[in-house]
Amino acid sequence: MAKKSYSFYPGCSSQKAASASNYMVSVNSMCKTLDIELNEIPDWNCCSASIGYSGGGELPRLALSARNMAISERENPGQDIVATCAACWLATREAQERLHDDDKLMTETNEALAQAGLKVEANQNIRHMVEVLIEDLGYEEMGKHVTKPLDGVKIAGYVGCQTNRPFGIDGESYENPKYLDKLVETMGAEPIENYDQKVSCCGGALAFSEPEKSQALIKDIIESAYDGGADMIVTPCPVCQMNVEVYQDHINQKYKTNFKMPVVYYSTLMTVAYGGSGKDAGLDGQIIKAKQLEEIASK
Amino acid sequence: MTDANQQMVEQYRNSFLREVEENVEEGEWVKMCMQCGVCSGSCPLGPYWDHPPQEIFMMIRAGKRDEVLQSTSMWMCTSCYNCIVRCPRELPITHIMHGLAHYAKRLGIAPKNQPTHKFSQLFWDNLTKTGRVNELKLGLSLYFMNGIGEGIKTSLKMQKIGLGMLMTKRLSPMELIGGHKCKDAKGLHAILEKAEELEAARIPVAGK
Ligand code: SF4
Ligand code: SF4
Ligand code: SF4
Ligand code: SF4
Repeated sequence: MAKKSYSFYPGCSSQKAASASNYMVSVNSMCKTLDIELNEIPDWNCCSASIGYSGGGELPRLALSARNMAISERENPGQDIVATCAACWLATREAQERLHDDDKLMTETNEALAQAGLKVEANQNIRHMVEVLIEDLGYEEMGKHVTKPLDGVKIAGYVGCQTNRPFGIDGESYENPKYLDKLVETMGAEPIENYDQKVSCCGGALAFSEPEKSQALIKDIIESAYDGGADMIVTPCPVCQMNVEVYQDHINQKYKTNFKMPVVYYSTLMTVAYGGSGKDAGLDGQIIKAKQLEEIASK
Repeated sequence: MTDANQQMVEQYRNSFLREVEENVEEGEWVKMCMQCGVCSGSCPLGPYWDHPPQEIFMMIRAGKRDEVLQSTSMWMCTSCYNCIVRCPRELPITHIMHGLAHYAKRLGIAPKNQPTHKFSQLFWDNLTKTGRVNELKLGLSLYFMNGIGEGIKTSLKMQKIGLGMLMTKRLSPMELIGGHKCKDAKGLHAILEKAEELEAARIPVAGK
């Protein structure tokens, strides 16, 4: 397959030394194998996700996403914008819809952008990395590069909210999207069946402000993975990954559970299956070590 | 009562619905609600909402202005989008919740000690300062948002997570000093300032 190029919006959590920096490491390895070129939007800014609304009114929040789109249109013309964070993807895509639906907001947004010499049309497609993998490459192409199938690893595909709703992946249902499971299978691992918390919410940004309430949700998400016999959970979103991985100690204390469930990204699985090292896959970034993947990677 | 709030009370004396339609993000959708209740069963933190979305829409129509705007309910929205994909009338419920929360904040009447209200403001301030979220500073201000005593308790509780993040290089102490930022932070600030100014010409802000 020929090289594919995208205008890349990394988002703040994927930056070096940020909470999802290990995600970027594995995404880069995966893209190298698949001949995907990511052209970072120069000087991109954070989008405020779904939580900046206290201080940020509609127009200022739109302006944040519009600035990224404007720079992308100018610097990476003719390319689709790709995000690896569900919240970034969603916020940018919603901003695009809002601008196209409302001429007044479009005019005012451009008036604001003009302060920094920018102008937006919002006409590039805005896509999540998993859409690129599924739609532009396909499972067959992804499977071709597997050199170390993840034999015997049982994985719960936790899709979460924002990769799934309101836009979701084309052709998938909201209640039971199958793409993560298919991806797991393509890498030679075994998706667990009937993972009933697949699309449940982990509390999102409220994990910070309402930790007890969110941890009750997270507990169910992990417990259901154990019930299905999973060795680990895979997610397509850095916020989901962090929420489900890092509070397990707190949950164990409160609920007298014994959780120690690794939570990895699809790109972690792919990098290992493609023969990458533990380092290439960002496995050193796991707070709960994914031992089975480490073993396969070091073989 | 703040001036901005008083101004709106007087302007819309008889119709809170019209006030919402004209000033709240996606507020023009509220009248489309047919009170089926599907959304109310969808919120992950549903048990903690004093008034679930369906009820909020009903209260808006009934003119219960203070009860709606001073409620902690909208601040319990996790942005899970369960409601949006299920609503038979396709109301953008998530956005209306955010919109109502922002509007209450804007008029200076949002519940002061609601944790997500505080966090959301911290997040916005942290982000807009440099254009990029600084997770360490955000985390620290989050722990201390309820005062020093509570803050020390929270940070002790969170210490292990913090250490795990540090050891796996997913959090850097350098963020305290410099950290990530947009090169053109000046341009970004000018954009935001203009956007705020344009919006304030339509909808008043408390204290301005
Ligand atoms: S969604 Fe989150 S990670 Fe993405 S840019 Fe916004 S705040 Fe940063
Ligand atoms: S599952 Fe949680 S973190 Fe992931 S998208 Fe949903 S709310 Fe956000
Ligand atoms: S689901 Fe839609 S129509 Fe039904 S009560 Fe909620 S907002 Fe109204
Ligand atoms: S998006 Fe908000 S309002 Fe809608 S179901 Fe989720 S928590 Fe409830």
